[in-house]
Amino acid sequence: MAREYIHLKIKRQKDPKSQAYWEEFKVPYKPNQNVVGILMEIRKNPVNIKGEKVAPVVWDCNCLEEVCGACTMLINGTPRQACSALIDKLPEGVITLEPLSKFPVIRDLMVDRQIMFENLKKVKAWVETDGCFDLGPPPRMNEKERAWAYELSRCMTCGCCLEACPNVNSKSPFMGAQALSQVTLFNMHPIGKMNREERLETVMGRGGIVDCGNSQNCVKVCPKKIPLDKSLAQLNKETTLHGIISWLSK
Amino acid sequence: MKKQKVIVVGGGLSGLMATIKIAEQGIPVDLISLVPVKRSHSLCAQGGINAALDTKGQNDSTWEHFYDTIYGGDFLANQPPVKAMCDAAPGIIHYMARAGVMFSRTPEGLLDLRLFGGVKKRRTAFAGATTGQQLLYACDEQVRRYEVKGLVTKYEGWEFLSAVIDENRVCRGIVAQNLTTMEIRVFKGDAVLIATGGAGMIYGKSTNSTINTGSAASSIYQQGVAFANGEFVQIHPTGMIGEDKNRLMSEAARGEGGRIWTYKDGKPWYFLEEWYPAYGNTVPRDIAARAIYKVCVEMGLGIDGKNMVYLDLTHLDPEFLERRLGGILEIYRNFQGDDPTKVPMKIFPAVHYFMGGIYVDWNHQTEIPGLFASGECDYMYHGANRLGANSLLSALYSGTVVGPSIVEYLKNIDKTTDDVKSTVYDSQLKYEEEKYKNICQMSGKENPYKLHEEMGDIMRENVTIVRYNKKLKETDEKLQEFMERWNNIGISDNTQWSNQDVMFVRQLRNMMELARVITLGALNRNESRGSHYKPEYPERDDENWLRTTKAYWTENGPRFEYEEVDTSLVKPVPRKYDVDGRQEVKEAK
Repeated sequence: MAREYIHLKIKRQKDPKSQAYWEEFKVPYKPNQNVVGILMEIRKNPVNIKGEKVAPVVWDCNCLEEVCGACTMLINGTPRQACSALIDKLPEGVITLEPLSKFPVIRDLMVDRQIMFENLKKVKAWVETDGCFDLGPPPRMNEKERAWAYELSRCMTCGCCLEACPNVNSKSPFMGAQALSQVTLFNMHPIGKMNREERLETVMGRGGIVDCGNSQNCVKVCPKKIPLDKSLAQLNKETTLHGIISWLSK
Repeated sequence: MKKQKVIVVGGGLSGLMATIKIAEQGIPVDLISLVPVKRSHSLCAQGGINAALDTKGQNDSTWEHFYDTIYGGDFLANQPPVKAMCDAAPGIIHYMARAGVMFSRTPEGLLDLRLFGGVKKRRTAFAGATTGQQLLYACDEQVRRYEVKGLVTKYEGWEFLSAVIDENRVCRGIVAQNLTTMEIRVFKGDAVLIATGGAGMIYGKSTNSTINTGSAASSIYQQGVAFANGEFVQIHPTGMIGEDKNRLMSEAARGEGGRIWTYKDGKPWYFLEEWYPAYGNTVPRDIAARAIYKVCVEMGLGIDGKNMVYLDLTHLDPEFLERRLGGILEIYRNFQGDDPTKVPMKIFPAVHYFMGGIYVDWNHQTEIPGLFASGECDYMYHGANRLGANSLLSALYSGTVVGPSIVEYLKNIDKTTDDVKSTVYDSQLKYEEEKYKNICQMSGKENPYKLHEEMGDIMRENVTIVRYNKKLKETDEKLQEFMERWNNIGISDNTQWSNQDVMFVRQLRNMMELARVITLGALNRNESRGSHYKPEYPERDDENWLRTTKAYWTENGPRFEYEEVDTSLVKPVPRKYDVDGRQEVKEAK
């Protein structure tokens, strides 16, 4: 029988201090919808499955093209973007939506992911340019090397890799693949690599690359299919080598 | 003297570039953004950024880039600023590559270039098919450096509500609201930059992000700043029409060899190639969008009788496609399910970009001293139609202009924000607090999201590719009706924490104000030029309409003024793409 309704079970929370609770909604089925579209439908008529008028569900979204990373949540338990979660491709039956569990909840499905941007500061994820004036053509770059760096540069800071990582949790200082992989990236840039050592040192202590347990969950959930395993392996090699060289030159 | 401070509203490419320029001079910046700046809409730009780098042995020049841009814009842009932009373009790309953008390279490791619409030479630098994302990230990273140095303070998750303007009509700061705590506060600043992007949400579904409501631009328009050329809205020919939004399929697809076709008499018909032999599939966007509209709506030849045609890449090498266009192939696969390397994509035109915007002088200052605007929310560089891959350029370039002009402005002001009477700030704050309170208490029957949907539907129907005066008039009447109905909205969320309803209701009102500017601007302009096409007036009319539209807010709707266009560098000629209608492109000595 053709699907008539989409049945959603959403984990809701009024604010960071309140208790979370589950609320269910039924929305008439239309083909070619995604999870964001369903949440948009709910706010046009915010009534739950019991027929009670409720506050519309709060969630984060922006580009709806899986490029901005904003609408990341747990959909049937898996961290992914709600915009690219097509209803027709999800198994029939109840769809559960929960906020990411590794970040503090702001309200309903919206979480605070500031920690990831703070970690980018820690690892110095930038090129030390002298100024934004024109200094003529940039250094040449081998297209093969460039193509590998480009893959890493597509990280949209969505948080899926942190959510899936067993070593990222409230008891561990591990910063996760997102920030670490940026070190690999900037250490490949022809000018960025001039600050290679400094950057490596930011990830050699607690919370850095040594805390990676190599579970490789990150690479499985990355929506941009960034080879995070390869990126972290390259970083691991670099830090080890850097450690030995620094020790020898002491 | 007290240390000066600048407020930048908007963390897309233009706002970030301006921030870099200002912070580089040691001047602190408060950066206000709805979203973490790394999630700004600039990242949706795909295909590339234009600059006459001439790495492909084609004798390209910045003069030719300038001529193509003016010609492509149907001569409505003021020419000197466009010339300056094209001259600066290669330097901007060089900087962005140094700052980390992984631009695609030639086999010799130089910056690679590809073909885009409305031009004959390869002039578009690109990073796969995610160029906007890469440029935005590089700017984000440089701004983060200045954040660590203490020069930039980010206020992410704040919405601009209005500018603070003193009794001498000088801008002294802004009022903004925190999207989580709902706190409304004043940010004092010696200069304010509005770099808040386009307003696609006015059309309900567009290629824009959900934050692109134009609310900030509309707000300062209602405070007395002119909105220029609002009627010029770009409809991108190759959109992927969706239930929740229309997604963009980059013009790069055609630049790299993609072909547009539909069936006629049972056989594939490449109508762009037939109608525009000089440019074929890479005609500018307004031309391609009108052609697709004609084929589908007027001739009824869309695929399966529906409003769509094919954008075909299947004749190209899959490995080449993956490398050059991977980003858009991924979007099509994820959202449509089919593989564009195997089956042709189905596309139809979609609302995409605002050529018009806040009226500014050539230093990007509005008519209110101390209040500046740059990026898509200004009106400066694209005339009546923007060429593909010129938007990333104008976003960055305008940032490099407005930054230094703000620094210059700061040198010449005699008052600090401490000298401004506190009542100036207090009264604006109180005004916004009252307005917020009133919205919170709205208890009518209208649902704001449904009202928005209705507005979007009628705007898409009547104020896009083909425009009729009768329909435009009806649309404006409808918009006024929507404004009445807006007063009867009911708020479903009565909490004071992360209340998205209330914020949306305020944005919706601002969208309606701008919708009238667009619609009435189109109604007034009885000619066809670039993206603005009226079958009743099919010709360009330079005698009467080679003018910039300037709309001013009044209680009874927009009041229009018109201003001469600066055509001091090249003479307007008829714009053609079926034959090479460009005049011989030689730089005036």
